[in-house]
Amino acid sequence: MKRGIIILWLVFLFSIPLWINDLYFLHILINTGIFVIAAMSLNLLLGYTGQLSLGHVAFFGIGAYVSALLSVGFDLELTDTYTFVFDPIPVWVAFLCGIIVASLFGWFIGKVAFKVRGAYFVIVTISFAEVVRLVSLNWVDLTEGPMAINNIPPFTLGIPSVWEMTFYQKEPNYYLILIIAIICYVLIRRIVQSRIGRAMISLRENEPLAASVGVDVTHYLVIATVIAAAMAGAAGGLYTHYVRIVDPDIFLFIYTVTMVIMVVCGGKGTLAGPVVGGIIFGVLPEILREFAAPEIQWIIYGIAMIVIVFFLPDGIVPALTNWWNDRRKGVLSSGLVADSDPAIRDKK
Amino acid sequence: MTEFLQHILNAIVLGGTYALLGIGLTLIFGIMKVVNFTHGELYSFGAYMVFMFSAMLGLNFFLAILVAMVLGVVLGAVIEFVLLRPLRGANIDTTMLVMIGAWIAMQNLEQFSWGGVAKSISHPFPSDPLVIGDVSVSWIRVFVFCFAILLIAGSYFLINRTKLGKSMRATFQDRDTAALMGVNINAVYTATFALGSGLAASAGALLGPVFVVTPTMGDLAALKAFAIVILGGLGSIVGATIGGFILALAEELGAGYISSGYRDAMGFALIILVLIYRPTGLFALKERYG
Repeated sequence: MKRGIIILWLVFLFSIPLWINDLYFLHILINTGIFVIAAMSLNLLLGYTGQLSLGHVAFFGIGAYVSALLSVGFDLELTDTYTFVFDPIPVWVAFLCGIIVASLFGWFIGKVAFKVRGAYFVIVTISFAEVVRLVSLNWVDLTEGPMAINNIPPFTLGIPSVWEMTFYQKEPNYYLILIIAIICYVLIRRIVQSRIGRAMISLRENEPLAASVGVDVTHYLVIATVIAAAMAGAAGGLYTHYVRIVDPDIFLFIYTVTMVIMVVCGGKGTLAGPVVGGIIFGVLPEILREFAAPEIQWIIYGIAMIVIVFFLPDGIVPALTNWWNDRRKGVLSSGLVADSDPAIRDKK
Repeated sequence: MTEFLQHILNAIVLGGTYALLGIGLTLIFGIMKVVNFTHGELYSFGAYMVFMFSAMLGLNFFLAILVAMVLGVVLGAVIEFVLLRPLRGANIDTTMLVMIGAWIAMQNLEQFSWGGVAKSISHPFPSDPLVIGDVSVSWIRVFVFCFAILLIAGSYFLINRTKLGKSMRATFQDRDTAALMGVNINAVYTATFALGSGLAASAGALLGPVFVVTPTMGDLAALKAFAIVILGGLGSIVGATIGGFILALAEELGAGYISSGYRDAMGFALIILVLIYRPTGLFALKERYG
């Protein structure tokens, strides 16, 4: 039955472009998909290792910038006489390079930032994102600064000069992002259920205890950061080749906050949480747009975050799961079993 | 050499307000273990209040600054009462998420009520600068510096010489023991948050007339305050004071000799350096973990 539900979901998701003709709605779905990928990657850090990383947008932006620069090509005036010229490379290769560079940054920042925990870790990750933003703004020679990189080529499919399809339309981009989102979901699912995932969760639950039984703390935290950074970089690359323009505003802290809101509201440390949160906060702005100014929308976001932390501290998905389980238990034995169930008793 | 002296002078003048920001944050951080993301919003709140009372309602400039400070204290107390009191004993990450939500809401409320256009506040000081030898500094900055030093001295007095300050220090050292000795922890927390917020609002009220007032001015201020706290070490008020001046110096010299575009990146570069070479901060009181 579970398999049947998954297949139904996939059929539903893949058939959306067939019965939705509204291109604007498809655009919203594409953007939502990109943010869902980013939120899923953040969930790996925030939800599974329990580290509140607030520099996540840096990996997203690095993936976007590297992929854009390599596919457009750039020249860099190294000395007065020598200029380094980089010729454009195929989009897919650039996209992969973006992922690799983002994960390298993830490795570096993991090594530096995990010397500290809690509030200090948060501040270090924010600072990292801010430094990257300032570099992208000021290194005009490379990044064009506030003038932005324009005319970024979209993705292509096929063999050059035989048959080639360029992703100008919304539909192929939708499918591409859907497929990559599914890959990321499956990957995270496998990681979480593996030995690495168990080590991460043990760190979240009790770090000194995990260390005392031989879990190499920094090692697993760095692994989590590298994987999360690579996925966020992939999301950035997808974004840049879809929107086809990238400027330093991509590093704004507000995007990190958006990802955090998605993860926390959906349910951190659950597989479905970031997806649910991502869809809610990806589509919500479009519903609110009709009758609320952008500032009001953000005020609503901020208050929503406070309300969720106060009343649904685990997020929407765990709350729904608990409610559903309680209901089923209640129907089966009119509530008597519910209290003796160890899983539920531990929750209380 | 003249240029260098000018940079040093600018740094000292700017450092006073940075220290105010840092002391406010480090107090809240050290005593309450709360990462106050609304700190920058209190800063811009102070600046907007001066704008409202002085430029719009025509109140005396100096009186407007005092009113802004008092309102900052009140707003801080309200935030503590409404948002933090119910979360007493909650995980540090939980309070951080709530404070981020509050920050987003407050910043956009400011943008909604004042608009995104930068506002400037006129001040009664002469436009001719004060010239000392080869270097010069504008009178408004001299005033800001003196006022900031006065406030810093006031905070030191409050913390080291009053009963409330003694309760705060006791709570910082050991919350539970302090509570057993009859310290009213809730009152200390509210006072701490109100005091820290008041200091942030006064920094904003003082710097508002020097620069311009925008809804997002608090973002960089908050990040700089974090940098100062990291530099100085957890809960160290002396560290925050010195950290404020170090950050101002690094920024001035960085802007003067490297590139003005990277002025705001100096604080973050300092954070990363401090964490690599001296993870406990320059003047740390406690082990830095968790």
